[in-house]
Amino acid sequence: MTPGRVRFALAALLVLLLETLCRFGVIDRFAMLPPSEILWHLGKILTSGQMWPAIGKTLANVALACLSAVIAGVILGALIHRWRALRETLDPLFAAYYAIPVYAFYPLFIVIFGLGDFPQVLIGFMLGLVAVIVNTLNGLDRVPPVLIKTARIHRFGPVQTALRVTLPFAVPYIFTGIKLAVAYSFIGVIGAELIMSRTGLGYEIGYAYNNFDNAVMYPLIVLVLAIAASVNTLFFLWEKRLIARRRR
Amino acid sequence: MTEVHVALRGVTRVFPATATQKEVRALGSIDLDLMRGEFFAVVGPSGCGKSTLLEIIAGLNSPSGGSVMLEGKRVDGEVPDGVGVVFQEDASFPWLDVTGNIAFGLRPSGLDRFEIAARIAHALRVMGLTEFASAYPAQLSGGMRQRVCIARTLVQRPRVILLDEPFGALDQQTRFLMGDELLRLWRETGATILLITHSLDEAAMLSDRIGVMSARPGRMMEIIQTKWSDERGSRVVATPRFGEITARLWDLLRAESTRAMTGVP
Repeated sequence: MTPGRVRFALAALLVLLLETLCRFGVIDRFAMLPPSEILWHLGKILTSGQMWPAIGKTLANVALACLSAVIAGVILGALIHRWRALRETLDPLFAAYYAIPVYAFYPLFIVIFGLGDFPQVLIGFMLGLVAVIVNTLNGLDRVPPVLIKTARIHRFGPVQTALRVTLPFAVPYIFTGIKLAVAYSFIGVIGAELIMSRTGLGYEIGYAYNNFDNAVMYPLIVLVLAIAASVNTLFFLWEKRLIARRRR
Repeated sequence: MTEVHVALRGVTRVFPATATQKEVRALGSIDLDLMRGEFFAVVGPSGCGKSTLLEIIAGLNSPSGGSVMLEGKRVDGEVPDGVGVVFQEDASFPWLDVTGNIAFGLRPSGLDRFEIAARIAHALRVMGLTEFASAYPAQLSGGMRQRVCIARTLVQRPRVILLDEPFGALDQQTRFLMGDELLRLWRETGATILLITHSLDEAAMLSDRIGVMSARPGRMMEIIQTKWSDERGSRVVATPRFGEITARLWDLLRAESTRAMTGVP
């Protein structure tokens, strides 16, 4: 058996175990529904269409947070890499950045920006941004000097050198940052929705939880898992295709 | 071969002292005329400033004193038009296929599509890369990647080609074959070639003239005329003249190389 099949079998086995435990009452129905019922409810929720606005809103905010973190992160990374003094000043701050619980700022953001989408997107953006910057810097550090000399031979300016030589070289490293930004955007947006918001998947999960509505809460959790896993898989395949040609 | 193409007058290079290192006088002073269309090789002990000399002519490095004139214009820390450089290190771009690598410098130059396609097809053909047009550098050997870099330089139609130990990382047989190809390109393009090499055989086999540099700070100790015809190739290694040239080169370099190796002035 291939490792992939072993993984699949393991997951299937765990689900089956959960199903059995739930069916025989070892796990109380108030604590959890059997997986088969969760899927059935999920199907019902999706076909009824009642959750589509929440799903759409959450995905749009995640995409916005992730995209802005990637664009800003790559541009800031390239700029910071050019200014040595700035780099030396910021490096220790980057290292300490993830020790800061970004959610601590969420109430402040709501006070400043109101209870709209913006504070949630901002949390996702802040979580992802530094991961992209750090990985962009890491990639730019590895550009061989001979490629930079080649850019000079072609009489490229700093912007052309970045766009045509150094950033393309750094793509595999930037990709590591992008994957982290995707994960952090999901965490940031859904987490913020769960804490305080009026719509979105995180809000709906929280609402169902407060009303002991397991028939909604568990299916939505499974839905979030499925979305995150699918997006992750897509990025993994894309990355594999991009990098395959670069090392053989 | 009468017109001066590149003229160096009193060129020196001093690397100023840093926190960890004393001032280094790397080069000079050097006076040298490269004639239009000639093949000039530079040999010298390691660390004698050969690569610094090439970088100064290419405009990648500024001289501390003296001047470099290319086609009558002063070169100072900026890469002049019509100069192509091939380095020893692999300078192919791993994210571009062979065609993309060769076309790299053509896109911003404002040529039309047909001219670009024609130049790329020609460069692929003369470098024997046609079959590998859509291969990526990771799929190619070191020698093939160096051909890609030479092809990338050729499509720009440089009038001066500067080669910094381009075959340094290749094995002896491949070096000889690449040398023959280089001669063919030289005859075909009529470009002025400056070849930096640590291989005395390569210098003796390929060049019209060979400049022999001293240990640091590098100066031109002697310039040797090889007197080969333009139709020469790697077969000259079997001639007595080849032996005379390499013997003379080694005579000049033995003492200098010992100095460079032991650090005794």
